[in-house]
Amino acid sequence: MYNTPRSISLFLGILFVLMLCYPLYGDLIFGSKSSFYMQKLTSIIILAILAMSLDLLVGVSGLVSMGHALFFGLAGYVLALISPEYDAANIWIVLPAVLASCAVLGLIVAFLTIKTSGIYFIMVTLAFGQMAYYFFNDSDFAGGSDGLYIMMKPAVMLGDLQLLNLEDKHTLFYVCLACMALVYLILRMLLRSPFGQVLVGIHANEHRVKAIGYNTTRYKIVSFVIAATLAGLAGFLAATQYGFVNPSQLGWHTSGYALMMVIMGGAGTIFGPALGAFVFEILHSFFESFTDHWLMLMGTVMICVVLFLPNGIGGALLKLVERFEKKNKHIQTGDNDNG
Amino acid sequence: MDFTTILIQLLNSVQYGLLLFLISSGLTLVFGIMGVINLAHGAMYMIGAYLTYAFVDWTGSFGLALLLGLPVMLVVGIIIERFLIDHLYKKDHLFQVLLTFGLILILNDLQSLIWGNDTHGVPIPDLLSGSITLTDTMQYPIYRLSVSAICLVLAVAMYWVIQKTRLGMTIRAGASNREMVESLGINVRTLFTIIFAAGVALAGFGGMISAPLSSVYPGMGDSVLIICLVVVVIGGIGSIKGAFWGAMLVGLVSTFGPILIPSLASVMVYLVMAIVLLVKPRGLFA
Repeated sequence: MYNTPRSISLFLGILFVLMLCYPLYGDLIFGSKSSFYMQKLTSIIILAILAMSLDLLVGVSGLVSMGHALFFGLAGYVLALISPEYDAANIWIVLPAVLASCAVLGLIVAFLTIKTSGIYFIMVTLAFGQMAYYFFNDSDFAGGSDGLYIMMKPAVMLGDLQLLNLEDKHTLFYVCLACMALVYLILRMLLRSPFGQVLVGIHANEHRVKAIGYNTTRYKIVSFVIAATLAGLAGFLAATQYGFVNPSQLGWHTSGYALMMVIMGGAGTIFGPALGAFVFEILHSFFESFTDHWLMLMGTVMICVVLFLPNGIGGALLKLVERFEKKNKHIQTGDNDNG
Repeated sequence: MDFTTILIQLLNSVQYGLLLFLISSGLTLVFGIMGVINLAHGAMYMIGAYLTYAFVDWTGSFGLALLLGLPVMLVVGIIIERFLIDHLYKKDHLFQVLLTFGLILILNDLQSLIWGNDTHGVPIPDLLSGSITLTDTMQYPIYRLSVSAICLVLAVAMYWVIQKTRLGMTIRAGASNREMVESLGINVRTLFTIIFAAGVALAGFGGMISAPLSSVYPGMGDSVLIICLVVVVIGGIGSIKGAFWGAMLVGLVSTFGPILIPSLASVMVYLVMAIVLLVKPRGLFA
């Protein structure tokens, strides 16, 4: 579980390189629609970050949050509120401010909810997410149900030198891709660290970990705060890309979709939820392209995943690789035992 | 605020609280006994309301609409339990959440497919359409009082069924030790189907009787679901008594809160929930 098999790493690497090179072949394959698909890809990459951050809670620590979109949307609101209206904000100020506010709110929510467990935790996180939804939905300062606009994307400057121009769609695409890779690496490192191992232990058997002498509550709070902060990063990128933020981004439907991406991809594998985000969004766009009633189809897909693919795509891939490797070993050693 | 205004608001909050109790009791019953969280509970409320709209439109009678609607709700409950929920008893709550979330998407979409996205009104039945006079200028609609009365009767009936009948005894036993009840030769599977269908019917009935009060509109189930979750969290999951007091508290807070502190109107009930969680992390009556 903690070491991704080499063949899956290779598969992920190929997918990553394919995305990296998209600007080279996009025009050849999709023609005039290439730019549209690149923006779509950018938004999926951002959702993949959100899904991976949720996996730290759901798959690793066993904390099923149904209010994770709270931090995704909050990040956008904070960015919109602290950006100057007709001027580009300085990313070195706004990004830390956004991440810090998500971390602080994450700490508060964690403090209130972490003592609950199981179904209680699900319901309480859902309720807190909705509290934030209604707070922004009914507020004058945050534009009510219309939300807020971010006229100018944050400027990435070093002194007077412009390092990156986020208004450029290619640049934004690469920034998001780099963030996704970074978040993946951070989470994998975290999972391998003693801290991550304690979280995995809490997921498996909290009483035992407690009995060994760990303060499990503290570990769970830290994991919640980290997940909230990473979701904040995704929210920051999303708000930067769309140029607006509205209450539905922190509503419980968004949280539900994020949870679905995690399960569809395979909880606890980190790479799985990222894959889940891609599959989920590609299905979504595909259904949307031929019917207005795409929600019905997505709902059906969700139910089918729960009933027939509970370990997700990642789980299925891991099983496939395992079976394949076993077979190979048998061939190499001349063992013809098929059991 | 003079005395009559307070009285009217009090009646409103009691009526809202009782209605909330009716709906939340289904949610907490299903969870407390079967260990299943049904996020589609709000969608059942919505279906109930839309069925009333459709049947009133068809038959012209509110009473007939209720009589026709309730069996439909029971059948919907039985189908969902048998074909979907039945697979989830031994699985993590996570999967129950996702499956019932998927169900919400399907049902919301079905609603817009069948009835469109307009808001519809359901007329208050003639028999209950008057008002009683409180003072020279203040009146209170009889229909609201009737809703309170119906909810109270159902609450007492539920108490009686659970505490005094053989079915209730089996239900209570099943809630505290499932395996033991099974080994005594009681068919828990059928019992669960009955309970789930009853939970769905409670939500549906809530939607039916509130249709004349709140009109019928797309997505009406979502907000009801969330507020029911708050009720259940405050009262303690699985506790009918908790659902009752939680609902009354939420009813009071959401009626008087906006009058006393308008700036916090939308988040008031959640703040109450947060305070309860700080003091009693498992709810008031768990």
